[in-house]
Amino acid sequence: MKIVVCVKQVPDTAGEVKFKPDGSLDRAAMETIMNHDDKAGLEAALRLKEQYGAEITVVTMGLPKAEDVLREAMAMGADKAILVTDRVLGGADTWATSTTLAGAIRNLEYDLIITGRQAIDGDTAQVGPQLSEHLGIPVISYAQKIEVEGDSVVVERQYEDRYHVVRAKMPCLITALAELNEPRYMTPGGIFDAYKKEITVWGRADLKDVDDSNIGLAGSPTKIAKASDKVRKGAGTKVDNLGAAEAADYIVNTLKEKFVI
Amino acid sequence: MALEEYKGVYVFAQQVDGKISNISFELLGKATDLAKDLNTEVTAMLLGKDVKGLADQLAEYGADKVIVVDDPELEVYRTEPYAHAVCSIIKEFKPDIVLYGATAIGRDLAPRCSARVHTGLTADCTVLEIGDFPLTVAEGQEQKHGQLLMTRPAFGGNTIATIACPDHRPQMATVRPGVMQKIDKKAGAKAEVIEFNPGFTKNNCYVEVEKVVKMVNDTVDISAAKVLVSGGRGVGSKENFALLQDLADALGGVVSCSRAAVDSGWCDKDQQVGQTGKTVRPHLYFAIGISGAIQHVAGMEESDIIIAINKDASAPIFDVADYGIVGDLNKIVPLLTDKIKKAQEEKNQTA
Repeated sequence: MKIVVCVKQVPDTAGEVKFKPDGSLDRAAMETIMNHDDKAGLEAALRLKEQYGAEITVVTMGLPKAEDVLREAMAMGADKAILVTDRVLGGADTWATSTTLAGAIRNLEYDLIITGRQAIDGDTAQVGPQLSEHLGIPVISYAQKIEVEGDSVVVERQYEDRYHVVRAKMPCLITALAELNEPRYMTPGGIFDAYKKEITVWGRADLKDVDDSNIGLAGSPTKIAKASDKVRKGAGTKVDNLGAAEAADYIVNTLKEKFVI
Repeated sequence: MALEEYKGVYVFAQQVDGKISNISFELLGKATDLAKDLNTEVTAMLLGKDVKGLADQLAEYGADKVIVVDDPELEVYRTEPYAHAVCSIIKEFKPDIVLYGATAIGRDLAPRCSARVHTGLTADCTVLEIGDFPLTVAEGQEQKHGQLLMTRPAFGGNTIATIACPDHRPQMATVRPGVMQKIDKKAGAKAEVIEFNPGFTKNNCYVEVEKVVKMVNDTVDISAAKVLVSGGRGVGSKENFALLQDLADALGGVVSCSRAAVDSGWCDKDQQVGQTGKTVRPHLYFAIGISGAIQHVAGMEESDIIIAINKDASAPIFDVADYGIVGDLNKIVPLLTDKIKKAQEEKNQTA
C-alpha cells in the first residue's frame, strides 16, 4: 500500500504567542511545529504501515524551512519526503494550495492520502476536501478511526452528535482529527537517519496538469481586503487577596449590580 | 465568467434526520440582510429524502424560494451526492452568494463544491456584509461594488481578516454557528418551492455509510444558554464539576468547559467552548479554572459579562475577564452558590 501524508509547518499558537511593540503578531519570533491534526494523520499512516505494510511519502508546500517538518516526519518513520516550494506559489489561498498539492501528488502513486482536518494558523479545514476533488477521489473528513479491509478503507467519521462508519474504495482521501491517536516521538536513531535521507524538492515546473493561472496569489479566487490583529477587549477589574467568602460576596454584588440576580 | 449573470443569496439549509439544523435559520437571517442590501431574493437549498415538507419552516425564517432536491441518495449525508446536488443548482440557477454552516457537514461539502465550480470559499466567517473591493482604490484601479465581504478570525482568534471573491462566482462562505441572528418567525409565511433533481449516477466517489452511531445526548445546547458556567483543567476532576453544576442550576444556566476538560474525560465534546468547540455569546460567562488559551478565548470573548476565577494571578483569562477573582475555586464556588441562592430568596420575599 502506498500512503501520501500532507503536513504543514505552522506557528505554535499553543506556545507563547509573541507580539511586536505595535501589538501585531510577531510570527517570525514564534516556534514552528508540525500541525497537530497532520501529525495525527502521519501517526495513523505509520500504524497502517505497521499493520499492513506501506510506503509513506510526506508532502508539504511551504517555504524552504518547511524542510524541518519533513525531517521530523522521517524521524517518526516516513519513508520519503517531498517539499513543494517556489516563489510563484506564495500567497495561495486554499483553492490554489489544493490545486498545487494536486499537481504534485499526480506524480505519485497512492492508495490513500491522509491530511489533517485543519491547520491551527488558518483553521479552514478546506484543503483536504478540495484536494480530493481536484484528484477526483472520494473524501472522508473528520476521521476518528481508520481501518483497511482489502481494497477499501473503513473510517469512523465524526459529526457533532454522532459518527458514521463509512466504507470507501481506495484511492481515497481522509482528513484526520488530532484526537485520532497519540503521535509517537522521534527516536534518536530515527533523527539520525532522517538527516541522511534525501528530501525531494519540487518547484512550479514539477507540478502536473496545473495551469499558471491557478497558482499563487494571482491564482487564488479569494483576496484579502484587510487584515489586522484583533484588538481585544481590555482586562477588567482583577481582585486578589480576598478570602473565599469576600470573593463570593464580591461576585454576588457584581451580579446584583448587573441585574443578573 | 459573466459575473452579472449571477444573482440571489443562497443558503444551504442543512437538515439531519428530517430536522432542520439551527444554523440554517441563522444563515437565512444573515441572507435576509444581504439580500436587502443587494435588492435580491433569499433562496434556500433543501436536500434530503422526503424533506419537501420542511420548506414552510424555511419560509418562516426568511426564504423567498426553496429549491428542493429530494432523492434516496440524499437520505444520510455523504459528500459526493450532496456536492453533486449543490453544484448542479449552482450551474443551473447561478447564485451570486452561497452560504453554508461551518458544521461538520458544511465544512466538508463547501470546499468540495468550491473546488468543483472553481470559486473561492472563506471559512468560518463571523461577519458578512456587502461593500466595495478593494476597500480603497489607487488611481486608475477598478473598484467593484456590491461585493460580499467576509470577515473571519484566524490564528486562534488573534488576527482577523476580511476577504472578498471579486472575480469568481458564486461568492461562498461557511459561517460559524451561534453568531448570526435569526429573524423573528413569520408564522404562516410561504416560499415558492422549486423541485429540482439533477439525477444521481454512482461513481468512484460514492462511499457507503455502514452504520450511524448517535451519541447519547441529554445535554443542553450551550450556544443557546444565557448563562454559562465553564470549567477547565483547574477544576481538577469530574466530581468537582458538580460544584459548577450547582452554580449553573442556581443561575438557571448550563455547564460548559474548555478543551482541557474534554481531553481529561470530565466533560463531553459538545460542552466545549472554543476554536475546536462552540462559539458562545451568553449574557454571563463564568470561566472557572480556565487558563484562557487563545483557542478558548476565541469562542467566548463576545460574552456580555465574563467573570474568571483562577488561582493563578498571571493566567491569560484575566486579560479578557470583566471581573477576575484570584483564588481557590473549591472554596469560592460553593460559597458563591449559597450566597446567590440566599440573595434570590431575599429578593423573592421582598417582591
